[in-house]
Amino acid sequence: MATVKTLIYLIVYPGLLFLFLYSTFVEWYDRKLYARLQNRMGPTHTGRFGLLQPIADFFKLMAKEDIVPDRADRKMFSALPAVGLAIVFTAMLLLPVWNYSLDRPSVTSFNGDLIVLLYLLSLPTFIFFLAGWSSTNLFSTIGGARVLTMLFGYEVPLFLAVLSPAVLANSWRLAEIAAFYRQRPALALVNLLGFVIALICVQAKLERTPFDIPHAETEIVGGTFTEYSGKKLAIFRLMMDAEMVVAAGLLATVFLGGFPGGALLGLVNFIVKTLVVIFFLSLIRATTSRIRVDQVVSFAWKYLAPLAILQLLIVILVKGLLS
Amino acid sequence: MKFQIPIGPQHPALKEPISLRMTVEGEIIRDADLRLGYNHRGLEKLAEQKTWIQNIYLTERICGICSHSHTTCYVQGVEKLMEIEPPKRGQYIRYLVSELERIHSHLLWLGVAGHEAGFDSFFMYTWRDREIVMDILEIISGNRVHYGINTIGGVRRDLDEQQVKHILDSLAILRQRSEYYQHLGTNEPSFVARLAGVGYLSREDAIALCAVGPTVRASGVPMDVRKDDPYGIYDEVPFEVCTAETCDVLGRTVVRIKELFQCYNIIEYLLKNLPTGPVAVRAPRRAKPNEVVSRYEAPRGENIHYIKSNGTDKPERLKVRAPTLGNYAATIKMLKNGFIADVPLIFAAIDPCICCAERAVALVDARSGQEKIISMNALKQLSRQVAAGNARKREAEWPL
Repeated sequence: MATVKTLIYLIVYPGLLFLFLYSTFVEWYDRKLYARLQNRMGPTHTGRFGLLQPIADFFKLMAKEDIVPDRADRKMFSALPAVGLAIVFTAMLLLPVWNYSLDRPSVTSFNGDLIVLLYLLSLPTFIFFLAGWSSTNLFSTIGGARVLTMLFGYEVPLFLAVLSPAVLANSWRLAEIAAFYRQRPALALVNLLGFVIALICVQAKLERTPFDIPHAETEIVGGTFTEYSGKKLAIFRLMMDAEMVVAAGLLATVFLGGFPGGALLGLVNFIVKTLVVIFFLSLIRATTSRIRVDQVVSFAWKYLAPLAILQLLIVILVKGLLS
Repeated sequence: MKFQIPIGPQHPALKEPISLRMTVEGEIIRDADLRLGYNHRGLEKLAEQKTWIQNIYLTERICGICSHSHTTCYVQGVEKLMEIEPPKRGQYIRYLVSELERIHSHLLWLGVAGHEAGFDSFFMYTWRDREIVMDILEIISGNRVHYGINTIGGVRRDLDEQQVKHILDSLAILRQRSEYYQHLGTNEPSFVARLAGVGYLSREDAIALCAVGPTVRASGVPMDVRKDDPYGIYDEVPFEVCTAETCDVLGRTVVRIKELFQCYNIIEYLLKNLPTGPVAVRAPRRAKPNEVVSRYEAPRGENIHYIKSNGTDKPERLKVRAPTLGNYAATIKMLKNGFIADVPLIFAAIDPCICCAERAVALVDARSGQEKIISMNALKQLSRQVAAGNARKREAEWPL
């Protein structure tokens, strides 16, 4: 029975199948919302309300010609999308979606899984850098350099912002942090500042406006993905959508009290809470313009990092008051 | 590490082919090189084979955005050659279309600036409202892009009361929306952060490099053909020349938004003081041998047509200097020591119309300095020879 459950966990929910379908839904949701905010229609044609558009795009890209540049490192170039996708899908398994119960902890819920998840979310950034660099295209190389430059800006504030709720909950385990804030919902308000910082950092991590600098099309064409086409590009795009789901899931777990209620109610919880987070991400995307890479780093270190430290300070003070 | 980035001839930031070669160090541009000649159409030569009337429609096709500017500039010149004066009502309608075109061009530019800065919402909004002007133009002339309203000796269509009312109603909406864009363009923090201080062009440089239009006005020089050398009815219409003192892309944005409001005022004045009478006079078929230079303030800057007649029904020479060509030298100056990220913004800020400014190209041998003009087929063959000689190799260098 346990084996079957694990298999379902890996392949159906919340593993491969669910994440694939939900990622495409999230892409549709983001596109539709972004379009409506800009006074456009967004996808309407494929499926009801254009719901199947991202899936159609995915399969269309899969069928397109797949080109590896002559001067690129062929093995590295081809392996990167698959490795990236595997990393993001693994990260999804760590979210306490179904196996949230503290009594019967599963293999994927352990003390310190928060750190592992943050680590797994950092890896895609390196995948993007390597993808840019191994393409040997000038635009890709600049894109790759920009990916890393941005990483120095947002990574530290993100870690500080996500870790401060964990400090208050006195645990490095996602399921326990979520349970802690479910029992004391008022304490979640303490982390409001951290939530805002984390939202901005996640926006940067997902490379969306105003941080879509590594693939700013009017400056450096496709940036890191300039040379990618066909299947590899399709997988990269799926990977970015899945990364958005996982990052939104992480924020929902840490700041919004996780996803209680077993398989069905937990699913509803998961969808509602991640969509709320993604709503904010889309709102930022629609209302800002792209800034320069040097502005990202100075913004991150002038405002985000000090505010994240302030958040940590608040958390420590509150923790002292409570005990 | 210095390396060269080719922006163009094909690049998402460019809507038409031109080649900008940036020598960059990291993210900073050390040198810029600009190459023309990808889209030369031989329009000037073609004009010599067509009659005065046919050439109106030819000059209209020099540019898709300032189509009316080119015809007006040409028609003004031809009218001087033929020594005729269009009736007042015809002139009012002609320059009414000019100002409407300026609105549509500036709204289009605002959208492009938003898009180049990655602010797509701004782009979508301004282009939505540009449709209002396009509709007005369609009501006046029957066309959205090439209005075909000019003719030698006046305009081809008259305005009626209903059209005047429609234009005035639409202007009220546009004025309201433009106020919102003025607020957004100068207050949205991430947008202003991208525009302020970018593409600096000092007042002295702007004059020395012969910049024109909003580019020079944003450097604090109140240069506008409509004021400096009034043509048509501009000596009787009240308006101000808009300038900005910041000398950067933000200044160019502000100048264009301010000009939008001036356009609304001018249009209101023109419609309220529309004289009665005919819209055109009959023009002769031939012009006496003479030459003329016609100046016109297009949305992008000063447009110059030089026309020479030889007594026949065709021009002997038509020379076009589109405003974009006047701004290229200043662009190189603005690009130097900027960031790669700012290239599309700086380049877009002159509102380039690459086809209009196109010139024929002569090939120069880098070693001998010899110049030659070469046919397309020979050029293709040459490029195949070079490509066959290049050995391919793998070049992935690992940083880690």
